[in-house]
Amino acid sequence: MLSYYLHLGLRSLRRNPVLTGLMVMAIGFGVAASMTTYSIFRAVSGNPIPDKSAQLFTPQVDGWGPQQNIKGEPPAALSYTDAMALQRAHKAKRLTLLYGMSMSVVPESSNSLPFAANGYAVTGDFFSMFEVPFLYGDGWDSGADDGRAATVVLSEEFNRKIFGGANSVGREVTLDGHGYRVVGVTRHWDPKPRFFALFNGSPFQQPTDFYLPFNRAVDMQVSPNGSSCRGHLNFSGWDDWMHSICVWVTPWVELDNATDVTSYQKFLEAYAADQQHAGRFAWAPNVRLRDVMQWLDFQQVVPPESRISLLLALGFFVICLVNTIGLLLAKFLRRASEIGVRRALGASRRQVYVQYLMEAGTVGLAGGVLGLLLTAAGVSGVGLLFTPEIARLAHLDLSLIALTLLVAVFATMAAAFYPAWRAAQVQPAWQLKSN
Amino acid sequence: MSMHIQPILAALRRHKAGTVLIALQIALTLAIVCNAMFIIQQRLAHLSEPTGVDEANLLVIPNQWAGHMSPEQADAQVRTDLVALRQLPSVSDASPSDAYPLSGGGWDNFIMRKPEQLTPTTDASIYLGDEHMLDTLGVKLIAGRNFNAAEVVYMAPRQVVIPSVVIVTKALADHLYPDGSALGKPIYAMSTTPTVIVGIVERLQRQGVSQWNKAYAYESLLWPARQDATGVYYIVHAKPGQLADAMREVPRALYAQNRLRIIDPDDGGSYVQIRKRIYDSDRGMAILLAIISAVLLAITAAGIVGLTSFWVGQRRKQIGVRRALGATRGDILSYFLTENLLIGIGGVAVGVVLAIAINLWMVTQFEMARLSLIYVGIGVIALLALGQGAVLAPAIRASKVSPVEATRSV
Repeated sequence: MLSYYLHLGLRSLRRNPVLTGLMVMAIGFGVAASMTTYSIFRAVSGNPIPDKSAQLFTPQVDGWGPQQNIKGEPPAALSYTDAMALQRAHKAKRLTLLYGMSMSVVPESSNSLPFAANGYAVTGDFFSMFEVPFLYGDGWDSGADDGRAATVVLSEEFNRKIFGGANSVGREVTLDGHGYRVVGVTRHWDPKPRFFALFNGSPFQQPTDFYLPFNRAVDMQVSPNGSSCRGHLNFSGWDDWMHSICVWVTPWVELDNATDVTSYQKFLEAYAADQQHAGRFAWAPNVRLRDVMQWLDFQQVVPPESRISLLLALGFFVICLVNTIGLLLAKFLRRASEIGVRRALGASRRQVYVQYLMEAGTVGLAGGVLGLLLTAAGVSGVGLLFTPEIARLAHLDLSLIALTLLVAVFATMAAAFYPAWRAAQVQPAWQLKSN
Repeated sequence: MSMHIQPILAALRRHKAGTVLIALQIALTLAIVCNAMFIIQQRLAHLSEPTGVDEANLLVIPNQWAGHMSPEQADAQVRTDLVALRQLPSVSDASPSDAYPLSGGGWDNFIMRKPEQLTPTTDASIYLGDEHMLDTLGVKLIAGRNFNAAEVVYMAPRQVVIPSVVIVTKALADHLYPDGSALGKPIYAMSTTPTVIVGIVERLQRQGVSQWNKAYAYESLLWPARQDATGVYYIVHAKPGQLADAMREVPRALYAQNRLRIIDPDDGGSYVQIRKRIYDSDRGMAILLAIISAVLLAITAAGIVGLTSFWVGQRRKQIGVRRALGATRGDILSYFLTENLLIGIGGVAVGVVLAIAINLWMVTQFEMARLSLIYVGIGVIALLALGQGAVLAPAIRASKVSPVEATRSV
């Protein structure tokens, strides 16, 4: 019976082509606007490391004090002094310190120009904490950290650029004029948003080129991409600056369960209290321990444009549905006499109701197909609205296609509840009489 | 007119669902279109704020060094580069800097009026440059003087040297010394060493224009200094009409000086490129909202056409009876126009409340400004006019119903 209703629905699409066309267009535009903006929102608000986001935390320690911190919040990164103290304490299962940087590469061939490469200075636990997959070789251990080794891990993309994709483990790369021995090459790994380095990097930047040992990078005085300072800037060189209250190091710790989290929180407070007793901090402990999703939320990684456009598109879709309710009402009630005949011939109200819901479903399906085409156009045009690095994240995949069609069909059927109910209420006797 | 309203209301009561749907659609459309127009205006105003520099003739070259270079070597190369740049036929002047207006971000310092002050008075974007910087940027000096060559200091990496003199923007001068006495006064930029205001420029936009910068809009300072952290920006002023030539000649001249440098194509460039990069999302937002608003108005109009046509079809017999009883075509036309106007007024009444509610919510969520009532007014008029326009075609069709229809059975 349902397939017969579906068949009737498809046939009735061709009746009142103007009304049908209006509805299909309204649903198509509404669903396409929603899906296009949703495809961006999905990309920028997603969980970049779903299986571990609840075990990874970034500790914050207020080294600036209530007069200079950010509305009571500790700075979003650590000073070198505090970062080193957390590392030496060994209170977490794993810990990594990192900062983003840019270095120059001079190609061997004399007719190509030098170029800049982006990387992170990290400590050895980075690769296991963030589950970085390796193509060749591996990361480095704490021995290499302590030994301040001149080693480097390349990304798959960078390895392709420099070594043509060959296994480069054991070979040497020159960055900023100094040699580093390759110990590993990662597989393509590009979590978005780039949760772990929001302080000196953008959440949606290009894939990383390389990773250097933190201690080595500091020894080579490789500047972080960003730092923030308070107080008086009386530096006469790198060492002064490094041991100042300027913040530029992002720490991450891995904590397996709630007990570990509580005890790490306690450790942070005790550390800050020690600093207060030692006279380094002139204020009460002010520390935070946020996990990945809390950190992304706190750092407001989702651009306001994404939220506003998604909300507007949803509002737009609601109006399209209100419009559809009105048009369906007109379309169905126009056929009151036909309904009267069907009811007189024995169709129950329920059957009439189901038939008209199915008809709305076919309208929704047609709207969904149009919406799909418009979504495809919209997704390829999001470069208009967002910076290229965010626009790249939007893509039409199977789940978005399925969602577009499902949303179109179900929203239209929901919009048809009332018009179909009105259709089912048609009195057969009255209709037959007036004919 | 008033005598028509009673029967129209009576008729509408028999079409409750349709009436409510049209009114609801008008209300929602008004709420969204008002807010969209307001956001569009805000974004367009934001992206057309002037920088204060001679944008038409400026070129910014982001220069990073490749390979290993000592700070002394780098500084010597910067000076050689500048001599070469200033000699180019298409170039009128050039200066090294650490940043440029609308670069997106860079060095900013808290500014205090007293050396011992801990809580800052304000925050300023910092531009370094030599004695050519003012002419290169083309900013207008409104008080005091330019730097002289002897005042230009060298800052080694991670070394902060506070120059003895500073040129500030009028916005910064007024913020620090509201009585207008800034010239000749010292300021303290995160240091106990004073730097004395020797010049005031009319306008110089900050490096960043994001939300947090708004509190310090146009508050910038110029220091006579050369610094080479990991690289340097060359600000180049082309001779009038020769920007395109300069854009070709400058990188070629620099590479001829020394090939071991990196000029990032995604940074700097002409001000057309710089503006496009920083205001990308503002312009995109305005375009998206304009498209959504236009489609929304079209869909609402189409919905009104659809439902009114249905009503006309349903009431052909009644219209025929009215015509047979002496109603003119004009009466029928005005009946449908008035009916739509009544629904429209109901819709916009709800819509105005919704529009303000949405705006108030966005003020709390997105640090947005309060909706100006002008937009609500324009929206109300636009939607009522849209309704009248949409209903016109079906209403004219209704007015053409012949009185004979009264005698037909359907």
